[in-house]
Amino acid sequence: MKRSKRFEVLAARPVNQDGFVKEWPEVGLIAMGSPNDPIPSIKIENGKIVEMDGVARSNFDFIEQFIADYAIDVKVAEKAMAMEASQIAKMLVDVNVSRKEVVDIVRGLTAAKLVAVFNTMNVVEMMMAMQKMRARKTPSNQCHITNVNDNPVLIAADGAEAALRGFDEMETTVAVVRYAPFNALALLIGSQAGRGGTLIQCALEEATELELGMRGITAYAETISVYGTENVFVDGDDTPWSKAFLASAYASRGLKMRFTSGTGSEVQMGYAEGKSMLYLEIRCIMLTRGAGVQGLQNGSVSCIGVPAAVPSGIRAVLAENLCAAMLDMEVASSNDQTFTHSDIRRTARTLMQFLPGTDFICSGYSGVPNYDNMFAGSNWDVDDYDDWNIMQRDLKVDGGLRPASEEEVIAVRNKAARGLQAVFKELGFPAITDEEVEAATYAHGSKDVPARNVVEDLKAAQELMSRGITGIDIVKALAKNGFNDLAGHILNILKQRISGDYLHTSAILDKDFNVISAVNSRNDYRGPGTGYQMSDERWNEIKNISQAINPSDYDA
Amino acid sequence: MQINEQMIREIIVQVMQGMEQPKPTTNAVATGRPMTLVEKGEARPGTRADEVIIALAPAFAKYQNKTIVNVPHSDVLREMIAGIEEEGLNARVIRVLRTSDVAFAAHDATKLSGSGIAIGIQSRGTSVIHQKDLPPLSNLELFSQSPLLDLPAYRAIGRNAAKYAKGESPTPVPTKNDQMARPKFQAKAAVLHIKETEHVVQGAKPIEIEVKF
Repeated sequence: MKRSKRFEVLAARPVNQDGFVKEWPEVGLIAMGSPNDPIPSIKIENGKIVEMDGVARSNFDFIEQFIADYAIDVKVAEKAMAMEASQIAKMLVDVNVSRKEVVDIVRGLTAAKLVAVFNTMNVVEMMMAMQKMRARKTPSNQCHITNVNDNPVLIAADGAEAALRGFDEMETTVAVVRYAPFNALALLIGSQAGRGGTLIQCALEEATELELGMRGITAYAETISVYGTENVFVDGDDTPWSKAFLASAYASRGLKMRFTSGTGSEVQMGYAEGKSMLYLEIRCIMLTRGAGVQGLQNGSVSCIGVPAAVPSGIRAVLAENLCAAMLDMEVASSNDQTFTHSDIRRTARTLMQFLPGTDFICSGYSGVPNYDNMFAGSNWDVDDYDDWNIMQRDLKVDGGLRPASEEEVIAVRNKAARGLQAVFKELGFPAITDEEVEAATYAHGSKDVPARNVVEDLKAAQELMSRGITGIDIVKALAKNGFNDLAGHILNILKQRISGDYLHTSAILDKDFNVISAVNSRNDYRGPGTGYQMSDERWNEIKNISQAINPSDYDA
Repeated sequence: MQINEQMIREIIVQVMQGMEQPKPTTNAVATGRPMTLVEKGEARPGTRADEVIIALAPAFAKYQNKTIVNVPHSDVLREMIAGIEEEGLNARVIRVLRTSDVAFAAHDATKLSGSGIAIGIQSRGTSVIHQKDLPPLSNLELFSQSPLLDLPAYRAIGRNAAKYAKGESPTPVPTKNDQMARPKFQAKAAVLHIKETEHVVQGAKPIEIEVKF
C-alpha cells in the first residue's frame, strides 16, 4: 500500500512508541468490568458475614476471609448493600452529602459493590468525589530521590533541593541494595537541610526497611506491598496476617507507615484469576483498611504500564485512588512511574489527581533527572519543575510545590553536601572530598559528579548497620561539627517516635514540626467556598514566578 | 514495540506447540546458537564450594526461547556460563518449577549451591544474583529492567556471581536505567510473565539440567 504522509507523521509521534494491548479478560488483562467480576452480595448471620459477593464463607480465600472479618462493618453492611450503586455514586458527587455520611456507608460495602459504584462514574465525577473524600484538607506532594550510582553526596543535595521546593515526603531506593544505609542517611541529612520536618523513607526489602526505620535513619515506610489474589501473596511468602503483623511492628515503634498496592500487579505477576484490575485492587484497599493501616499508596504505581495499555485504564487508576479515600485512609496517589512517551498523555493522567488534590499527588515526583530515577523513571522529573509551578499558577491549584530561586537552591544543596561530608568524617566512613561537595552543589545529575569507590562505600554502609549506628549518632555527629540546626531538625523528627502524633491519618510535619493530619486538618469540603482554601500567602508564593515580567520595570 | 492481538496469538501458538510435545525432556532452541537442555531428575544440594547455580524459571528455553528484546535464551545461558567459567568456577544449571518469581527461584537455588551463590533468570530476561541466608526479597545484585540486558551484561552477571562465590567483593555490574522501558515494554512483560507462570508446578522440586551446546 502506498503510505499516506499524514499517517507516517502520526506513526512517528511519541504516543505511538507506547505499548497498547486489547483487553484479554480471561487472564485479567482488563481494567474495569471483567465478565468474571463477581456480582455484589452479602449475607450476615449472628454478626458474621457468611456469604460475600456470591462466595460462601466455607469457600473464602484468605483475602476474602480477612476482608469479611476485619474490613466490613457488619452493623451497616445490609443497609449499605441494599442501596443502588448509582445512588451511592450520586452521594459521592453531591455537595450536600458530607464526607462522613459517605464514609459511614462505604464501611458496609463489599469489593464487588464498590466496583459497581465506580462503573457508573466518569472521571469528572470521580474528581469531584476525590475533592470531598480526600482525608487531609491540605493537599501535598512526595518525591523520589535516587541516582544510578547511589552517590550519597548527590542524594543529600537533591534531597535538600526537593525539600526546599515543597515536597513534604521523600523516598529513596537503591541501584545496589547494599548501599541502602548510605542512601537513607544521605537523604535524612539532605531533607533537613532543605526544610526541617520533611519526612523520608527508603524503599527496600521489608526487613531492612523496618530496621532502618527502627534505627531512626528513616522517618516512615511505604513499600509494604499487598496483593489482590492469594497466589501473588503466596509467591511473596506472605499473607494478610503477616502484613498486618508488620504494620503493627511499625506502629509499636512509633513509625508512620502505609501499604502499597495497585491495579495491574496481579496480572503482571501472572495470577489475576480473570478478574478486572480494579476489582482486585479494591480487595487490596479493603485489606489495608482491615489491617488498621492509616494509609495506602495506590494508583497502579510501578505497574502503570499495564492498566495504561488497556481501555479505561487511567480511569481505573483514579477510581482506586478515590476508593482508598472513601475508606477513610490517606492516599499517596502515584503519578510516579513513567507509562508514556507522550507529554500530552502524561499530563492528562496527572490532572486526575492534581485538580481535586490528594494527600500526596505524586508518590513520587522525580526530584532527580529521570535517568537517575531508580524507580525506573517517574511521570514528572526535575526538568518539569517550572511546568508544574506554572500549572499551579494557571489553574490556581495547590500541587504542593513552590518556585525556588537559583541562589537558595544552590545554598541548600551545598549545606546538605557539607553536612554529609562532616558526618562521614565523624563516623569514619570513606571521605567526601571538597571537589565532590562542589560538584553535587551545582549538578544536574549523576553525570556531573565524580565517581566514588563503590566497594569501599559498600563496606562502610554495612558497617553503619553492624556498628549499630542510629539517628542519635547522626544528631551528635552533626552537632559536633557545627551543624546545630540540622542536628536539631533530626532530633525533632526522632521525637515524633515518642509522641506518636504523626501516626494519625495523612500526617505531615510543617517547618516548625507541627503535625498536620486528617485529625486537625480534616477535609470539610461541602461545595464552593468550603474545604481547602488557598491562603493569600500561599497564592502569592505560587504566583511569584521569576519568568513573569513586572510591568513597573518598564516605567521610565 | 506495540503488543497486538497477533503477537499474543503468536505467543499462544508457541506455548501450545510447547505443550503438545509429549513430556519434552530435551528441547532444541529455535533461534540463536543450538542448545539442548537435558533434564536429569531432582536437583540435589551441591558440596563443591566452587560452583554457582543458574536457576532457570519454568518456561526458560523450554516454552519460550528468547528474552523480551529477542535475545536467544541459548546465547544468554552461554554467556552467563562463560562469565562464571572465566573466573575459574563451575556453572550448574537447574530449573525451578514451584515459582516464576525470580527472587524466590534464585533463593531456592542458593540453598542447593555449594558456594551459596546463585543466579536466577526469567524467560523475559529479568535476573538476580542471590546469596544463601539473605532474605528472599533481598539480593546481591538485581537486574530488574529486562529490556536493557544484553549479552555482555549476562556475561558480567555470571562473572560477578563467580566472584561473590570466591568471597570477593566485586564492583556491581553497572546499573542501567531507561525511563521509557516501562511505557514500551511493561504490557509485553506482563504477557510473557503470564506465559511463564502457566508452567509453574505448585510444590514441585527443582530439576537438574545438563546443558549441551
